[in-house]
Amino acid sequence: MVNIKINNIPVSVEEGTTILQAAKKIGIRIPTLCYMKDINAIGACRICVVEVKGARSLVAACVYPVNEGMEVFTDTPKVRASRKTTLELILSDHNKSCLSCDRNTHCELQDLSYEYGCDINRFSGEHHECEKDVSTPYLVRDNSKCVLCRRCVAVCRKIQEVGVIGPVKRGFKTHIGCAFENDLNDSPCVACGQCINVCPTGALHEREEIDEVRAAIADPEKIVIAGPAPSVRAGLGEEFGYPMGTNVEGKMITALRMLGFDKVFDVNFSADLTIMEEANELVERIQKGGKLPMFTSCSPGWVRYLEYYYPELIPNVSTCKSPQQMFGAIVKTYYAEKLGVDPSKLYVVSIMPCTAKKFEKGRPDQSASGYPDIDAVLTTRELAKMIKQNGILFNELVDGEVDSPLGIYTGAGVIFGATGGVMEAALRTAAETITGKPLENVEFKKVRGTKGIKEATYDIGGKTVKVAVASGIANAKKICEKVSKGKCDYTFIEIMCCPGGCVNGGGQPIMSSVVRENTDYKALRASVLYKADKKCGLRKSHDNPVIKEIYDNYLGKPGSHKAHEILHTSYVKRERYKK
Amino acid sequence: MAQNAKVPFNGTKAQADELEKVLKGLKNVEGALMPALQQAQDIYGYLPIEVQEVIADRLGVSLAEVFGVATFYSQFTLTPKGKYKIGVCLGTACYVKGSGEIYAELQKQLGIESGITDDLVYSLDATRCIGCCGLAPVMTVNDDVYGKLTKDQIAGILAKYKA
Repeated sequence: MVNIKINNIPVSVEEGTTILQAAKKIGIRIPTLCYMKDINAIGACRICVVEVKGARSLVAACVYPVNEGMEVFTDTPKVRASRKTTLELILSDHNKSCLSCDRNTHCELQDLSYEYGCDINRFSGEHHECEKDVSTPYLVRDNSKCVLCRRCVAVCRKIQEVGVIGPVKRGFKTHIGCAFENDLNDSPCVACGQCINVCPTGALHEREEIDEVRAAIADPEKIVIAGPAPSVRAGLGEEFGYPMGTNVEGKMITALRMLGFDKVFDVNFSADLTIMEEANELVERIQKGGKLPMFTSCSPGWVRYLEYYYPELIPNVSTCKSPQQMFGAIVKTYYAEKLGVDPSKLYVVSIMPCTAKKFEKGRPDQSASGYPDIDAVLTTRELAKMIKQNGILFNELVDGEVDSPLGIYTGAGVIFGATGGVMEAALRTAAETITGKPLENVEFKKVRGTKGIKEATYDIGGKTVKVAVASGIANAKKICEKVSKGKCDYTFIEIMCCPGGCVNGGGQPIMSSVVRENTDYKALRASVLYKADKKCGLRKSHDNPVIKEIYDNYLGKPGSHKAHEILHTSYVKRERYKK
Repeated sequence: MAQNAKVPFNGTKAQADELEKVLKGLKNVEGALMPALQQAQDIYGYLPIEVQEVIADRLGVSLAEVFGVATFYSQFTLTPKGKYKIGVCLGTACYVKGSGEIYAELQKQLGIESGITDDLVYSLDATRCIGCCGLAPVMTVNDDVYGKLTKDQIAGILAKYKA
């Protein structure tokens, strides 16, 4: 142990501990900007500087290790002046259109500037030249607001191991970009949006579709239908001051109706539908000797990753559309027929914790009715923004109920948002399909939890089924390597692009790096879904009465020709770089 | 936005084999990216996307990371050099002796601002001090050095280097 004093308070910590960590231990927050625990301790931004007795200059607390007898001062006038000047220099080359910035009040640079009483115009000088990258349907990069903290680069390289962005050039010309200055759209980006979630400023945000949705709502010819994903109800409350892990499903439904949606359904329902098709596909592959292991296909970021990096494994991916796409497909076919309206009159908006869903809706082979299955995708953040714009006092709302019939769901559909949820839901249905007997226990607990890779072996009707669950692309990569080398005996593999699953998707409410470091956010949000599952009377997708009705009267049976036409899709090999 | 070289990539099999050999030797070596880029540039004369992709793949790093390093150091070049690589020293001594005029004359005669001529014969670069200030102003063509230049000598020098 090493004994040091911070602001005259003695503390003993393990060797190798940084000043930042030691200070935290005794309740002192040293401000940071570029720092992110475990993945970005680079001492680049100089906001965390502190005084060390005897040292020639101020040192960066995030990377400076403690020494025996060290005396540290974190809040002297010299330290405060240095941090303030550093911030003012950052602001001198910052696009300060803060008033209407997407990140206003959620910006770490803004918070620090306020805290240090910065004169935002103290230094006037050259501004680096940059163009907005609006090449993708899911993300906007505005480098005029970038502070070069490299947090986006760290998450892309170290958490997702995709690494499509990085610092380019040097000195004042340094900027974050893609290889060969390609647009993001010409790079093998998986569209996860994790970079947005860690950006401390407004340099990264989703490509908004609020205007398109408002135009559709205002159009008297259109029947506008909303379908929120499971994870939205687990995250949305954070935007309105609820503690993390609060289920706001009822208020969310009321708010959607107040926004002017004609029907409020639920993607939890189409998650059940996905399970019907996916479990059937799995059972067929097992019984008829199809390609195994089978990968899930719900996560469009994951599918995109596979298409770029492991195209040889495309035959292993389930051909089922994702719950979002199945939702739109069934609304515009079955439901349109039921209503007796042309599908062109229906405008389907999904609300997603995800940015990749904005890409997915434009994929080929995703228009069962002849019209795109999904017309617009809003992230959880965009929905919160609309609610605030409309003057809806979210916290005062009474709980609403979804419309019939496409809002009825089982517990299996709701757990889709957590890593392992799709696996568990599929196992509930597959097991009963194979054995023909009701399950004694519907909870498959070994595939739960926020661990990056989980494995489990189950005995189903005398057959041993080995499954794997991975979330985050770095973990997906490990599994793909094993599968492509034939070094595994898995039958079924669930992969989610974002670490922890959709509850931690790139469209969820923004957390500061401090909240990120000190909160078990993946588990807290997932707990909402598991609690909701427990409360559901029906917990297996095939018990959903609406699902039964749709198969009996419309689709026939799972895997039928009609089901394939409406609910299944295909994949393509993608070239990583445009030359 | 994209920076596409105007010259199509036409690396030879011999070059590709040599690069593979270099990269094999650097496998699992820490900090292999810089030496890989240096040796690749020795082989190809520059670092086009095709070469950087091979480096990224073999060393297990992303192309964005390779590109980041290649654009950080001014010694790396993403555009090919001509058959004759012309460098004009714009270091202090040469500059005060009028190398700016020499550079401008070369730009005029070659018809390019910098980079490579359309026929791929000449490339032009401004360099820092090359260490023979006594000869200022200085230009180099490949390994030949020309000193105490005046701009009326330029046409004669270029005439020595034909396609």
